[in-house]
Amino acid sequence: MKYSIVGSNKTTTREEKAAAYIFIACAALSIIAVVSITAYMIISGTPAIFKVGLVDILFSTVWQPTAGKFGILYIILTSIIGTFFAVLLAVPIGLLTAVALSELVNEKFKKVLKSAIEMLAGIPSVVYGLLGILIINPAMYALERSIYAGNPHHQMTGGANLIATILVLVIMILPTLVNVSETALETVPQHLRLSSLALGATKIQTIFKVVIPAAKNGIFSAIVLGVGRAIGEAMAILLVAGNAVKAPWPFNSVRFLTTAIVSEMGYSQGLHRQVLFTIGLVLFVFIMVINIILSRILKKGEEDD
Amino acid sequence: MSKISVQHLNLWYGEKHALKDTNLEIEENKITAFIGPSGCGKSTFLKTLNRMQDYVKGVRIEGLVSLDGEDIFGKGVDPTLLRKKVGMVFQQPNPFPMSVYDNVAYGPRIHGIKNKKKLDEIVEKSLKSAALYDEIKDRLHSSALGLSGGQQQRLCIARTLAVEPEVILLDEPTSALDPISTSKIEDLLMELKDKYTIVIVTHNMQQASRIADKTAFFLHGEIIEYGDTEKIFSFPEDKRTEDYITGRFG
Repeated sequence: MKYSIVGSNKTTTREEKAAAYIFIACAALSIIAVVSITAYMIISGTPAIFKVGLVDILFSTVWQPTAGKFGILYIILTSIIGTFFAVLLAVPIGLLTAVALSELVNEKFKKVLKSAIEMLAGIPSVVYGLLGILIINPAMYALERSIYAGNPHHQMTGGANLIATILVLVIMILPTLVNVSETALETVPQHLRLSSLALGATKIQTIFKVVIPAAKNGIFSAIVLGVGRAIGEAMAILLVAGNAVKAPWPFNSVRFLTTAIVSEMGYSQGLHRQVLFTIGLVLFVFIMVINIILSRILKKGEEDD
Repeated sequence: MSKISVQHLNLWYGEKHALKDTNLEIEENKITAFIGPSGCGKSTFLKTLNRMQDYVKGVRIEGLVSLDGEDIFGKGVDPTLLRKKVGMVFQQPNPFPMSVYDNVAYGPRIHGIKNKKKLDEIVEKSLKSAALYDEIKDRLHSSALGLSGGQQQRLCIARTLAVEPEVILLDEPTSALDPISTSKIEDLLMELKDKYTIVIVTHNMQQASRIADKTAFFLHGEIIEYGDTEKIFSFPEDKRTEDYITGRFG
């Protein structure tokens, strides 16, 4: 016998246990954060609901804090419609970009394209806003003037309208869509492509009939993440949307849930301030719903595999 | 006339000379087996016959491969038509992640058949030809990934049959399967050879001797010996063939 396996293992046990506790404590931090944010949002967002009334907040369109009117229906609709159309436009562009990256372009071009997309993801959102002010708003203003020339019922917005906002959002969520869908496409096993080609399918047929369907869970995740990013964006929107509480028609200046909070929190008091927290709660609920949908999709994807 | 004629075929992967002046005549309605140790070029040779090498980077091919007298590398050849005529079954059973029905209907659909009744007929006929229909006729619309490995491989054969090929290439189709599934597939191939020209790459020499009419022995990118299976296994002319089939190497 070279050595006995019986030994004093007290110190090791103590160290092991200490290490495990530290890891668990770190992991617990994020859980504590989520729970406390949820609790805080509910605690600070509900008082105004009782004072103003849930229906008066959610389904009234008049937002006049000084007159005690806190209807956020237009704001909610703006967020939903703005996000919906931004995603609707961005998904085809993003998906086709991802297809190009994963299936079609050569290595060299792929590197260039990928670094461009990564840079797009790294640009601070306020810069997108500045770009919107410089390029998209003037273009929209020109369009607005030509459409509504001599129309006394239309209040000119200077191009700060829903369309401009949607366009900025499209560019902002593209990187998320491209990166996540590209990852999904790359994980489609090569043999599926080869079997399709071996049956006499062309490359494009193979992409649309085999590769994209096989990657659909990942692509759905990309879409949901894009929705999350769009609905949560504030800074760029604040600069290009015009920030007026109006119905979300294309050429109206509009206000989103996020910008409603940002633009008035600085000077709000009392009930007004509480209502802004309620708006935060509404946004929070939206994001939570999106996350639940996302985790459902991911779970379903695992079951399918 | 032979179905496929290969003359002076050379193939390089970058610098690597993977097929060296190979010549072969593949006969119609026979099973031709390619045997040889790993890396000998038998799969490479097979993949050249339906131009799947087109999708390999850095590949260079010289020589003549003709199908029914037509040069498959010739000007104006549509590779999708070539692959419709020369189907392929891979080593790993690899059904598409869709229903059994959609797997089999995939080929006919991409080749333009939309009529539901016609597709139903093709699916049923192909699954019957692949000796799979009775086992799974109640599960046509559930996912193909739920089938067993052997069933999946027969589904892949059915998928290939559905586009009505004339030649079927099989790249070690049973190496991932258990013995019972393997023997089902071997029986199936024996039935199919009346209608199709079959070329099979196999690691399993018993399999070659059981089902093949002709056998080619590959080594280091060359075809060392080619002839009737019985003769190759009983009276090999080349010492290297004899060493391989008697298990002295490989």
